[in-house]
Amino acid sequence: MRYAMAVDTKKCVGCSDCVVACQTENDVPIGYCRDWIVEVTDGTYPQLELEHRSERCNHCENSPCVRCCPTGASHYSDGGTVMVTKNKCIGCGACIASCPYDARYTHPKGYVDKCTFCIHRVKKGQQPACVAVCPTKCMYFGDLDDPNSEVSKVIKKRKYKTLIPEAGTKPQLYFLI
Amino acid sequence: MREELIVSGRMNPHIDPQLQIWEWHIPAYLFLGGLAAGILFFASYFFIKGKSEEYPTAVKLAPIITPVLIGLGLLFLLLDLKHKLYFWRLYTAFKIESPMSWGAWTLMAIMPLSGIWAALNIKSLFPKWDWKFDIVKDAIKVLEEYKTPIAWAMMILSVILGIYTGILLSAFNARPLWNTSILGPLFLVSGMSTGAAAIIILSKSKAERHTFARIDLLLIAIELFLIVHMFMGFRASSQVQIDASAMFLGGQFTAPFWVFVVGLGLVIPAVLEIMEMRNKKIPYMVAPALVLFGGLLFRFIMAYAGQMSRWLY
Repeated sequence: MRYAMAVDTKKCVGCSDCVVACQTENDVPIGYCRDWIVEVTDGTYPQLELEHRSERCNHCENSPCVRCCPTGASHYSDGGTVMVTKNKCIGCGACIASCPYDARYTHPKGYVDKCTFCIHRVKKGQQPACVAVCPTKCMYFGDLDDPNSEVSKVIKKRKYKTLIPEAGTKPQLYFLI
Repeated sequence: MREELIVSGRMNPHIDPQLQIWEWHIPAYLFLGGLAAGILFFASYFFIKGKSEEYPTAVKLAPIITPVLIGLGLLFLLLDLKHKLYFWRLYTAFKIESPMSWGAWTLMAIMPLSGIWAALNIKSLFPKWDWKFDIVKDAIKVLEEYKTPIAWAMMILSVILGIYTGILLSAFNARPLWNTSILGPLFLVSGMSTGAAAIIILSKSKAERHTFARIDLLLIAIELFLIVHMFMGFRASSQVQIDASAMFLGGQFTAPFWVFVVGLGLVIPAVLEIMEMRNKKIPYMVAPALVLFGGLLFRFIMAYAGQMSRWLY
Protein backbone atom coordinates (compact mmCIF):
# COMPACT_ATOMS: atom_id res chain seq x y z
CA MET A 1 0.00 0.00 0.00
CA ARG A 2 1.28 3.46 -0.88
CA TYR A 3 -0.90 6.37 0.14
CA ALA A 4 -0.50 9.46 -2.02
CA MET A 5 -2.35 12.63 -2.86
CA ALA A 6 -2.81 14.50 -6.11
CA VAL A 7 -3.74 18.19 -6.28
CA ASP A 8 -5.12 19.63 -9.51
CA THR A 9 -3.49 23.04 -9.88
CA LYS A 10 -5.89 23.83 -12.75
CA LYS A 11 -8.89 23.43 -10.47
CA CYS A 12 -7.51 24.80 -7.20
CA VAL A 13 -8.58 28.40 -6.61
CA GLY A 14 -6.65 28.91 -3.39
CA CYS A 15 -9.72 29.35 -1.18
CA SER A 16 -7.98 27.86 1.89
CA ASP A 17 -10.97 25.67 2.80
CA CYS A 18 -8.54 22.75 3.06
CA VAL A 19 -6.44 24.72 5.55
CA VAL A 20 -9.38 25.50 7.80
CA ALA A 21 -10.80 21.97 7.50
CA CYS A 22 -7.46 20.52 8.61
CA GLN A 23 -7.11 22.94 11.50
CA THR A 24 -10.60 22.02 12.70
CA GLU A 25 -10.34 18.28 12.15
CA ASN A 26 -6.93 17.92 13.76
CA ASP A 27 -7.27 20.53 16.49
CA VAL A 28 -4.24 22.37 15.13
CA PRO A 29 -3.15 25.11 17.58
CA ILE A 30 -4.10 28.66 16.63
CA GLY A 31 -1.50 30.33 14.43
CA TYR A 32 -0.26 27.02 13.02
CA CYS A 33 -1.19 25.00 9.96
CA ARG A 34 -0.47 21.53 8.63
CA ASP A 35 -1.49 22.41 5.07
CA TRP A 36 -1.28 25.74 3.31
CA ILE A 37 -1.86 27.50 0.00
CA VAL A 38 0.99 28.64 -2.24
CA GLU A 39 0.37 31.02 -5.12
CA VAL A 40 2.98 31.21 -7.83
CA THR A 41 2.87 33.89 -10.50
CA ASP A 42 5.20 33.09 -13.34
CA GLY A 43 6.00 34.69 -16.67
CA THR A 44 6.80 38.01 -18.36
CA TYR A 45 4.28 40.81 -17.97
CA PRO A 46 1.60 40.84 -19.39
CA GLN A 47 1.84 37.11 -20.12
CA LEU A 48 1.53 35.83 -16.59
CA GLU A 49 0.40 32.47 -15.29
CA LEU A 50 -0.98 31.86 -11.85
CA GLU A 51 -0.72 28.51 -10.11
CA HIS A 52 -2.43 27.58 -6.88
CA ARG A 53 -1.15 24.70 -4.81
CA SER A 54 -2.52 23.18 -1.65
CA GLU A 55 0.65 21.95 0.04
CA ARG A 56 1.34 19.75 3.04
CA CYS A 57 3.77 17.06 4.18
CA ASN A 58 4.85 15.06 1.14
CA HIS A 59 5.00 11.78 3.07
CA CYS A 60 8.25 11.15 1.23
CA GLU A 61 9.41 7.69 0.38
CA ASN A 62 12.99 8.69 1.25
CA SER A 63 12.23 10.95 4.17
CA PRO A 64 15.09 13.04 5.55
CA CYS A 65 13.03 13.59 8.71
CA VAL A 66 12.85 9.86 9.45
CA ARG A 67 16.55 9.55 8.71
CA CYS A 68 17.63 12.43 10.96
CA CYS A 69 15.37 11.68 13.94
CA PRO A 70 17.62 10.48 16.79
CA THR A 71 14.93 8.61 18.72
CA GLY A 72 12.80 6.94 16.06
CA ALA A 73 9.84 9.23 16.86
CA SER A 74 9.58 10.10 13.17
CA HIS A 75 8.82 6.87 11.39
CA TYR A 76 7.11 5.26 8.41
CA SER A 77 3.66 3.97 9.12
CA ASP A 78 0.68 2.45 7.29
CA GLY A 79 0.82 2.97 3.54
CA GLY A 80 4.22 4.67 3.69
CA THR A 81 2.87 7.64 5.61
CA VAL A 82 5.37 9.52 7.78
CA MET A 83 4.25 9.89 11.39
CA VAL A 84 5.55 11.29 14.68
CA THR A 85 5.17 9.39 17.95
CA LYS A 86 4.57 12.16 20.49
CA ASN A 87 6.02 10.41 23.52
CA LYS A 88 9.21 9.51 21.67
CA CYS A 89 9.77 13.03 20.35
CA ILE A 90 12.26 15.13 22.33
CA GLY A 91 11.65 18.31 20.35
CA CYS A 92 15.25 18.57 19.15
CA GLY A 93 14.27 20.05 15.79
CA ALA A 94 16.42 17.74 13.65
CA CYS A 95 13.43 16.69 11.53
CA ILE A 96 12.32 20.31 11.11
CA ALA A 97 15.78 21.30 9.91
CA SER A 98 15.88 18.28 7.60
CA CYS A 99 12.59 18.91 5.76
CA PRO A 100 13.12 20.78 2.49
CA TYR A 101 9.36 21.55 2.42
CA ASP A 102 9.31 22.99 5.96
CA ALA A 103 6.16 20.95 6.51
CA ARG A 104 6.71 20.44 10.25
CA TYR A 105 6.42 22.68 13.26
CA THR A 106 6.88 22.37 17.02
CA HIS A 107 3.51 22.04 18.74
CA PRO A 108 3.17 24.45 21.70
CA LYS A 109 3.17 21.33 23.88
CA GLY A 110 6.75 20.60 22.77
CA TYR A 111 6.56 17.71 20.34
CA VAL A 112 6.84 18.01 16.58
CA ASP A 113 3.64 17.93 14.59
CA LYS A 114 2.60 17.70 10.95
CA CYS A 115 0.08 16.35 8.43
CA THR A 116 -0.94 12.74 9.02
CA PHE A 117 -2.91 12.32 5.77
CA CYS A 118 -5.81 12.19 8.31
CA ILE A 119 -5.03 8.53 8.79
CA HIS A 120 -7.68 8.33 11.54
CA ARG A 121 -10.31 9.22 8.92
CA VAL A 122 -8.76 7.09 6.19
CA LYS A 123 -8.89 4.03 8.44
CA LYS A 124 -12.64 4.59 8.77
CA GLY A 125 -12.98 4.69 5.01
CA GLN A 126 -13.26 8.46 4.85
CA GLN A 127 -11.22 10.94 2.83
CA PRO A 128 -8.69 13.22 4.55
CA ALA A 129 -10.43 16.40 5.80
CA CYS A 130 -8.79 18.65 3.21
CA VAL A 131 -9.86 16.39 0.33
CA ALA A 132 -13.38 15.94 1.65
CA VAL A 133 -14.04 19.64 2.07
CA CYS A 134 -12.55 20.96 -1.19
CA PRO A 135 -15.29 22.92 -3.03
CA THR A 136 -13.68 22.47 -6.46
CA LYS A 137 -12.88 18.79 -5.80
CA CYS A 138 -9.31 19.41 -6.90
CA MET A 139 -7.73 16.82 -4.58
CA TYR A 140 -7.47 13.07 -4.92
CA PHE A 141 -6.33 10.71 -2.21
CA GLY A 142 -5.76 6.98 -2.32
CA ASP A 143 -3.47 4.02 -2.75
CA LEU A 144 -0.96 4.24 -5.60
CA ASP A 145 -0.43 0.47 -5.48
CA ASP A 146 -4.07 0.03 -6.44
CA PRO A 147 -4.42 0.84 -10.18
CA ASN A 148 -8.14 1.48 -9.75
CA SER A 149 -7.81 4.10 -7.02
CA GLU A 150 -8.78 7.65 -7.92
CA VAL A 151 -5.27 8.95 -7.39
CA SER A 152 -3.70 6.23 -9.55
CA LYS A 153 -6.12 6.93 -12.37
CA VAL A 154 -5.70 10.68 -12.35
CA ILE A 155 -1.91 10.40 -12.27
CA LYS A 156 -1.99 8.04 -15.22
CA LYS A 157 -4.22 10.37 -17.22
CA ARG A 158 -2.72 13.77 -16.43
CA LYS A 159 0.66 15.45 -16.53
CA TYR A 160 2.02 16.07 -13.06
CA LYS A 161 5.01 17.34 -11.12
CA THR A 162 6.31 16.83 -7.62
CA LEU A 163 8.01 19.50 -5.50
CA ILE A 164 11.82 19.64 -5.58
CA PRO A 165 12.29 15.99 -6.59
CA GLU A 166 15.99 16.90 -6.92
CA ALA A 167 16.15 16.96 -3.12
CA GLY A 168 15.99 13.17 -3.39
CA THR A 169 13.01 12.78 -1.08
CA LYS A 170 10.66 10.91 -3.47
CA PRO A 171 7.65 13.03 -2.46
CA GLN A 172 4.17 11.50 -2.60
CA LEU A 173 2.24 14.70 -3.20
CA TYR A 174 1.51 15.04 -6.92
CA PHE A 175 0.56 18.32 -8.55
CA LEU A 176 -1.45 17.96 -11.75
CA ILE A 177 -0.42 20.59 -14.28
CA MET B 1 12.00 40.05 -17.76
CA ARG B 2 10.65 36.71 -16.72
CA GLU B 3 9.74 36.62 -13.07
CA GLU B 4 8.48 34.08 -10.60
CA LEU B 5 6.63 35.34 -7.57
CA ILE B 6 5.88 32.86 -4.79
CA VAL B 7 3.38 33.73 -2.07
CA SER B 8 2.80 31.23 0.72
CA GLY B 9 -0.10 31.33 3.15
CA ARG B 10 1.89 29.40 5.73
CA MET B 11 3.04 31.33 8.81
CA ASN B 12 4.12 28.69 11.34
CA PRO B 13 6.09 30.09 14.30
CA HIS B 14 9.88 29.50 14.01
CA ILE B 15 9.40 28.11 10.49
CA ASP B 16 8.24 31.14 8.50
CA PRO B 17 9.25 33.50 7.02
CA GLN B 18 12.55 31.74 7.60
CA LEU B 19 13.61 28.81 9.72
CA GLN B 20 14.63 29.71 13.28
CA ILE B 21 14.43 26.39 15.02
CA TRP B 22 17.86 26.62 16.65
CA GLU B 23 18.98 29.63 18.61
CA TRP B 24 22.22 30.23 20.55
CA HIS B 25 22.18 26.86 22.34
CA ILE B 26 23.21 24.80 19.36
CA PRO B 27 26.19 26.87 18.11
CA ALA B 28 27.35 27.31 21.72
CA TYR B 29 27.16 23.56 22.22
CA LEU B 30 28.94 22.89 18.91
CA PHE B 31 31.75 25.18 20.11
CA LEU B 32 32.03 23.54 23.54
CA GLY B 33 31.89 20.05 22.01
CA GLY B 34 34.59 20.90 19.48
CA LEU B 35 36.77 22.52 22.15
CA ALA B 36 36.44 19.53 24.48
CA ALA B 37 37.13 17.15 21.59
CA GLY B 38 40.29 19.10 20.70
CA ILE B 39 41.62 19.11 24.27
CA LEU B 40 40.86 15.42 24.82
CA PHE B 41 42.46 14.48 21.53
CA PHE B 42 45.75 16.17 22.40
CA ALA B 43 45.64 14.81 25.96
CA SER B 44 45.22 11.20 24.87
CA TYR B 45 47.54 11.51 21.86
CA PHE B 46 50.47 12.91 23.82
CA PHE B 47 49.85 10.51 26.69
CA ILE B 48 50.00 7.54 24.32
CA LYS B 49 53.16 9.03 22.81
CA GLY B 50 54.67 9.04 26.33
CA LYS B 51 55.00 12.83 26.49
CA SER B 52 53.04 13.44 29.69
CA GLU B 53 55.98 15.17 31.37
CA GLU B 54 56.92 17.21 28.31
CA TYR B 55 53.38 18.54 27.79
CA PRO B 56 51.78 18.51 31.25
CA THR B 57 49.16 21.14 30.39
CA ALA B 58 47.89 19.18 27.40
CA VAL B 59 47.88 15.78 29.08
CA LYS B 60 46.92 16.68 32.65
CA LEU B 61 45.74 20.23 33.27
CA ALA B 62 43.58 21.14 30.27
CA PRO B 63 41.49 17.91 30.30
CA ILE B 64 40.32 18.78 33.82
CA ILE B 65 38.03 21.44 32.36
CA THR B 66 36.56 19.12 29.71
CA PRO B 67 33.90 17.46 31.93
CA VAL B 68 32.73 21.00 32.69
CA LEU B 69 32.75 21.98 29.01
CA ILE B 70 30.84 18.85 27.98
CA GLY B 71 28.45 19.22 30.92
CA LEU B 72 27.72 22.81 29.99
CA GLY B 73 27.21 21.76 26.37
CA LEU B 74 24.77 19.06 27.45
CA LEU B 75 22.91 21.61 29.56
CA PHE B 76 22.59 23.86 26.49
CA LEU B 77 21.32 20.91 24.46
CA LEU B 78 18.74 20.13 27.11
CA LEU B 79 17.66 23.78 27.20
CA ASP B 80 17.21 23.66 23.44
CA LEU B 81 14.87 20.66 23.53
CA LYS B 82 11.20 21.59 23.28
CA HIS B 83 9.91 18.31 24.75
CA LYS B 84 12.45 18.17 27.58
CA LEU B 85 10.89 15.50 29.79
CA TYR B 86 11.39 12.96 27.03
CA PHE B 87 15.14 13.60 26.57
CA TRP B 88 15.87 10.04 27.81
CA ARG B 89 14.33 8.75 24.60
CA LEU B 90 17.73 9.47 23.03
CA TYR B 91 19.03 6.52 24.99
CA THR B 92 16.31 4.03 24.23
CA ALA B 93 17.29 4.01 20.55
CA PHE B 94 20.40 3.97 18.42
CA LYS B 95 19.68 5.22 14.92
CA ILE B 96 22.64 4.51 12.70
CA GLU B 97 21.54 7.05 10.06
CA SER B 98 20.99 9.91 12.50
CA PRO B 99 24.12 11.92 13.37
CA MET B 100 22.28 13.31 16.39
CA SER B 101 21.85 9.78 17.74
CA TRP B 102 25.56 9.12 17.21
CA GLY B 103 26.37 12.35 18.99
CA ALA B 104 24.14 11.56 21.95
CA TRP B 105 25.80 8.18 22.44
CA THR B 106 29.30 9.59 21.92
CA LEU B 107 28.64 12.22 24.60
CA MET B 108 27.35 9.51 26.89
CA ALA B 109 30.65 7.64 26.48
CA ILE B 110 33.15 10.49 26.43
CA MET B 111 31.71 12.47 29.33
CA PRO B 112 32.50 9.82 32.00
CA LEU B 113 35.86 9.09 30.32
CA SER B 114 36.83 12.75 30.53
CA GLY B 115 35.78 12.73 34.18
CA ILE B 116 37.88 9.64 34.86
CA TRP B 117 40.83 11.23 33.07
CA ALA B 118 40.50 14.36 35.20
CA ALA B 119 40.28 12.23 38.37
CA LEU B 120 43.37 10.24 37.40
CA ASN B 121 45.45 13.40 36.92
CA ILE B 122 44.17 15.68 39.60
CA LYS B 123 46.58 14.42 42.25
CA SER B 124 49.67 15.15 40.20
CA LEU B 125 48.45 18.72 39.73
CA PHE B 126 47.24 19.34 43.25
CA PRO B 127 49.42 17.19 45.54
CA LYS B 128 47.26 18.03 48.56
CA TRP B 129 44.13 16.65 46.90
CA ASP B 130 42.35 14.11 49.08
CA TRP B 131 39.57 11.85 47.76
CA LYS B 132 38.33 11.31 51.35
CA PHE B 133 36.53 8.02 50.61
CA ASP B 134 38.48 4.79 50.36
CA ILE B 135 36.20 3.44 47.66
CA VAL B 136 37.16 6.34 45.37
CA LYS B 137 40.84 5.77 46.08
CA ASP B 138 40.47 2.07 45.28
CA ALA B 139 38.58 2.79 42.08
CA ILE B 140 41.25 5.25 40.95
CA LYS B 141 43.96 2.69 41.69
CA VAL B 142 42.18 0.16 39.46
CA LEU B 143 41.54 2.66 36.68
CA GLU B 144 45.17 3.80 36.82
CA GLU B 145 46.15 0.42 35.36
CA TYR B 146 43.85 0.94 32.38
CA LYS B 147 45.13 4.42 31.57
CA THR B 148 46.41 3.47 28.12
CA PRO B 149 43.19 1.81 26.88
CA ILE B 150 41.24 4.74 28.35
CA ALA B 151 43.46 7.13 26.40
CA TRP B 152 42.91 5.18 23.18
CA ALA B 153 39.13 5.16 23.67
CA MET B 154 39.22 8.86 24.45
CA MET B 155 41.27 9.66 21.37
CA ILE B 156 38.90 7.80 19.04
CA LEU B 157 35.79 9.21 20.71
CA SER B 158 37.19 12.75 20.64
CA VAL B 159 37.62 12.53 16.87
CA ILE B 160 34.04 11.24 16.53
CA LEU B 161 32.79 14.03 18.80
CA GLY B 162 34.70 16.68 16.87
CA ILE B 163 33.66 15.52 13.42
CA TYR B 164 30.06 14.76 14.34
CA THR B 165 29.37 18.40 15.23
CA GLY B 166 29.94 19.15 11.55
CA ILE B 167 28.31 16.00 10.17
CA LEU B 168 25.22 16.82 12.23
CA LEU B 169 24.70 19.93 10.11
CA SER B 170 25.95 18.49 6.83
CA ALA B 171 23.32 15.72 6.99
CA PHE B 172 20.57 18.28 6.35
CA ASN B 173 20.04 18.25 2.64
CA ALA B 174 17.21 20.76 3.17
CA ARG B 175 19.71 23.49 4.17
CA PRO B 176 22.07 23.89 1.22
CA LEU B 177 24.71 25.83 3.18
CA TRP B 178 25.17 22.92 5.57
CA ASN B 179 24.83 20.18 3.01
CA THR B 180 28.53 19.78 2.23
CA SER B 181 30.71 16.91 3.40
CA ILE B 182 33.53 19.44 3.99
CA LEU B 183 31.69 20.60 7.11
CA GLY B 184 32.62 17.51 9.17
CA PRO B 185 36.39 17.84 8.66
CA LEU B 186 36.14 21.64 8.91
CA PHE B 187 34.43 21.50 12.31
CA LEU B 188 36.87 18.83 13.47
CA VAL B 189 39.92 20.89 12.51
CA SER B 190 38.38 24.04 13.94
CA GLY B 191 37.58 22.23 17.21
CA MET B 192 41.13 20.90 17.45
CA SER B 193 42.46 24.38 16.79
CA THR B 194 40.37 25.82 19.65
CA GLY B 195 41.60 22.92 21.81
CA ALA B 196 45.23 23.81 21.03
CA ALA B 197 44.43 27.46 21.77
CA ALA B 198 42.99 26.55 25.18
CA ILE B 199 46.15 24.54 25.97
CA ILE B 200 48.34 27.52 25.00
CA ILE B 201 46.34 29.81 27.31
CA LEU B 202 46.60 27.39 30.24
CA SER B 203 50.25 26.45 29.74
CA LYS B 204 53.03 27.96 31.83
CA SER B 205 55.90 26.47 29.84
CA LYS B 206 57.24 28.34 26.86
CA ALA B 207 58.35 25.16 25.09
CA GLU B 208 54.89 23.63 25.40
CA ARG B 209 53.28 26.83 24.17
CA HIS B 210 55.53 26.89 21.13
CA THR B 211 54.75 23.27 20.26
CA PHE B 212 51.02 23.97 20.40
CA ALA B 213 51.42 27.23 18.51
CA ARG B 214 53.06 25.20 15.73
CA ILE B 215 50.25 22.63 15.84
CA ASP B 216 47.69 25.44 15.81
CA LEU B 217 49.41 27.03 12.84
CA LEU B 218 49.10 23.83 10.87
CA LEU B 219 45.44 23.46 11.86
CA ILE B 220 44.69 27.06 10.85
CA ALA B 221 46.30 26.41 7.46
CA ILE B 222 44.13 23.31 6.97
CA GLU B 223 41.06 25.26 8.08
CA LEU B 224 41.72 28.05 5.59
CA PHE B 225 42.19 25.49 2.85
CA LEU B 226 38.92 23.73 3.78
CA ILE B 227 37.00 27.04 3.86
CA VAL B 228 38.23 27.98 0.38
CA HIS B 229 37.55 24.45 -0.78
CA MET B 230 34.01 24.60 0.63
CA PHE B 231 33.17 27.79 -1.23
CA MET B 232 34.73 26.43 -4.43
CA GLY B 233 32.44 23.44 -4.06
CA PHE B 234 29.39 25.67 -3.51
CA ARG B 235 30.21 27.83 -6.52
CA ALA B 236 30.45 24.74 -8.71
CA SER B 237 27.32 23.11 -7.31
CA SER B 238 23.57 23.47 -7.88
CA GLN B 239 21.68 26.76 -7.80
CA VAL B 240 20.60 26.39 -4.17
CA GLN B 241 24.23 26.04 -3.04
CA ILE B 242 25.34 28.91 -5.27
CA ASP B 243 22.64 30.99 -3.55
CA ALA B 244 23.72 29.75 -0.12
CA SER B 245 27.35 30.70 -0.73
CA ALA B 246 26.24 34.10 -2.07
CA MET B 247 25.34 35.02 1.53
CA PHE B 248 29.10 34.89 2.22
CA LEU B 249 30.32 36.19 -1.13
CA GLY B 250 28.72 39.62 -1.27
CA GLY B 251 25.64 38.91 0.86
CA GLN B 252 24.85 39.78 4.45
CA PHE B 253 27.38 37.44 6.08
CA THR B 254 30.33 38.59 3.94
CA ALA B 255 31.77 41.10 6.42
CA PRO B 256 31.23 39.16 9.66
CA PHE B 257 32.59 35.97 8.13
CA TRP B 258 35.63 37.18 6.22
CA VAL B 259 36.63 39.99 8.61
CA PHE B 260 35.93 38.39 11.98
CA VAL B 261 36.04 34.61 11.46
CA VAL B 262 38.71 34.39 8.75
CA GLY B 263 40.64 37.63 9.42
CA LEU B 264 40.50 38.03 13.17
CA GLY B 265 39.98 34.36 14.03
CA LEU B 266 42.42 32.66 11.66
CA VAL B 267 44.80 34.89 9.69
CA ILE B 268 45.79 37.33 12.46
CA PRO B 269 46.38 34.61 15.10
CA ALA B 270 48.46 32.72 12.53
CA VAL B 271 50.59 35.81 11.90
CA LEU B 272 50.91 36.46 15.65
CA GLU B 273 51.94 32.85 16.28
CA ILE B 274 54.64 33.06 13.60
CA MET B 275 55.89 36.35 15.07
CA GLU B 276 55.94 34.93 18.58
CA MET B 277 57.88 31.88 17.45
CA ARG B 278 60.45 34.26 15.97
CA ASN B 279 60.75 35.75 19.47
CA LYS B 280 58.97 38.99 18.70
CA LYS B 281 57.54 40.44 21.92
CA ILE B 282 53.82 39.67 21.73
CA PRO B 283 51.57 38.75 24.66
CA TYR B 284 51.08 35.02 24.08
CA MET B 285 47.39 35.11 25.13
CA VAL B 286 46.26 37.21 22.17
CA ALA B 287 46.55 34.65 19.38
CA PRO B 288 44.78 31.76 21.20
CA ALA B 289 42.08 34.12 22.52
CA LEU B 290 41.39 35.20 18.93
CA VAL B 291 41.28 31.55 17.81
CA LEU B 292 38.67 30.76 20.49
CA PHE B 293 36.64 33.83 19.54
CA GLY B 294 36.83 32.91 15.84
CA GLY B 295 35.77 29.33 16.53
CA LEU B 296 32.74 30.47 18.51
CA LEU B 297 31.69 33.07 15.94
CA PHE B 298 32.19 30.60 13.09
CA ARG B 299 29.66 28.22 14.65
CA PHE B 300 27.16 30.99 15.33
CA ILE B 301 27.38 32.26 11.77
CA MET B 302 27.11 28.77 10.26
CA ALA B 303 24.14 27.90 12.47
CA TYR B 304 22.20 31.06 11.67
CA ALA B 305 23.13 31.34 7.98
CA GLY B 306 22.43 27.65 7.42
CA GLN B 307 18.88 28.04 8.66
CA MET B 308 18.41 30.92 6.24
CA SER B 309 19.55 28.88 3.24
CA ARG B 310 16.80 26.86 1.62
CA TRP B 311 15.25 25.35 -1.47
CA LEU B 312 12.85 27.55 -3.37
CA TYR B 313 10.00 25.96 -5.22
